[in-house]
Amino acid sequence: MLIPPALATGKLTLFTNAMAREILLGPDGKATGVEYIEKATRNEKRINARAVVVAASACESARLLLNSKSRLFPEGLANSSGQVGRNLTDSVGSDGEGYFPNMEKMLPHNHDGTGGMHLYIPWWKYDRQNDFPRGYHIEIGGGREMPSAGMFEDVCEEEEGYGASLKATCRRRYGTVMRFSGRGEMVTNSGTYCEIDPYTVDHWGIPVLRFHFKWRDSELRQAKDMQETFKAIVEAAGGRYLTRTDIDGPYPFGIQPGGKIIHEVGTARMGVDPKTSVLNSFCQAHDVKNLFVTDGAPFVTNPDNNPTLTILALSLRASEYLLDQAKKGNV
Amino acid sequence: MSGISRRDVLRNLAAGVAGGSALRAIPAQAAALAHEMIQKERAASPGGKYTPKYFSAHQYLMLVFLCDTIIPNDEVSGGAVEAGAPEFIDLLTGENEEYQDIFGGGLMWLDNFCFDRYEHLFLECAPAQRKEVLDLIAYRKNARIDSSLSPGVTFFAKLRNLTCDGFYTSKIGIEDLKYIGNSALAEFPGCPPLPE
Repeated sequence: MLIPPALATGKLTLFTNAMAREILLGPDGKATGVEYIEKATRNEKRINARAVVVAASACESARLLLNSKSRLFPEGLANSSGQVGRNLTDSVGSDGEGYFPNMEKMLPHNHDGTGGMHLYIPWWKYDRQNDFPRGYHIEIGGGREMPSAGMFEDVCEEEEGYGASLKATCRRRYGTVMRFSGRGEMVTNSGTYCEIDPYTVDHWGIPVLRFHFKWRDSELRQAKDMQETFKAIVEAAGGRYLTRTDIDGPYPFGIQPGGKIIHEVGTARMGVDPKTSVLNSFCQAHDVKNLFVTDGAPFVTNPDNNPTLTILALSLRASEYLLDQAKKGNV
Repeated sequence: MSGISRRDVLRNLAAGVAGGSALRAIPAQAAALAHEMIQKERAASPGGKYTPKYFSAHQYLMLVFLCDTIIPNDEVSGGAVEAGAPEFIDLLTGENEEYQDIFGGGLMWLDNFCFDRYEHLFLECAPAQRKEVLDLIAYRKNARIDSSLSPGVTFFAKLRNLTCDGFYTSKIGIEDLKYIGNSALAEFPGCPPLPE
């Protein structure tokens, strides 16, 4: 969406199928460019730059910084704070579904089911005493969707048997299930971060990340609240709640494993103090003035919504700042 | 969908089904492509014959029989066999080792079980004997009474799921459900009446 107009200026050259290995650092402590692998030929190449803006997605950006080691930055580029890879969060996610017998009587109609664009519940308990911080929203979908694999697993498990009766039940039950997806805000904790895996490299010989992920009790209570809310909605509407979750084990209250909601953010957090943060409020590295990170990595926290719009807003702010600073000769 | 190989599609589909995600995130497109492959092979061969990619000829006959038993023809639509469910299962099983144990092993268990009980392989049993075996392995409660039935019950439950997947993602199955979304709507006649 943003690349075609940028290309139209004639000032953008795009290098695709290029895997960045390292950000290069000059003797003056400024980034001088990027070393990358041209995937098609497996050749190492280099692009020189006056400024480097990294937007590889939160974890990949952290990986690139951590892999860019130098005499000045033995623990990874722009990592004098030790915060690169830290403060990782993902959205808290828990899902459920309900069966609504009334929907069996719905006439077939031209319909693709209902998705997030039909029905969405923003966080509504912001002014109450909750037993967890922050909040979540609910996305609702279901109905007469395009039939897909797995659609009748619940029916099969309940009905069992085989033959004409099973087929009749599938037909009757089609389109009667609505799904609920809770997506909430996680608060950072010291047990959740990514770091370079000292033992493993990728296809291009570049060390990969390994992840440590821990939900705190407050996130589990949020997932519990989601499950209770889904059930209450389904039952109030005359349905039967189908989802069963455990209160312990690896996924209490159906909480999704970290990374599953793919809203990873926080791995190069912004802040005013260079000792405890990687970037300043313009996504500029405290340590390296001509280095910027403009994906989900700068977020200190991510509310229950998807991070994309925040990424876009911060990128715009960072771009304007970079342009201004470049004009003044400051980067 | 250029750049995506037949193999990618089948592997993804098999992984998605096995994962059984709560949001049913298995791309409908992947199932549609599997059915396309089946239709192409049927159209290209004389008599519309499909050559099994994974199962032996004997096992494939068993698979066809079981699919037909799970979702037969009725007054509304054709059954799982007409819809290509055995081919669908064969294609997926060829690309997934877990399925090879579940379905390849499950069919062998069924033959062995029948031979021990009736001294015939499953397909050579009398219709009443086959029904008796199916009625044993089609319900979890039987395995709770007689645990030696457990492998059969597990196998049949997975086959029932995958037969439904193959059937309800086919043209015949989609029409059976009267799914009519994803088609042009020249005018919006309003919502259908609410059920009583």
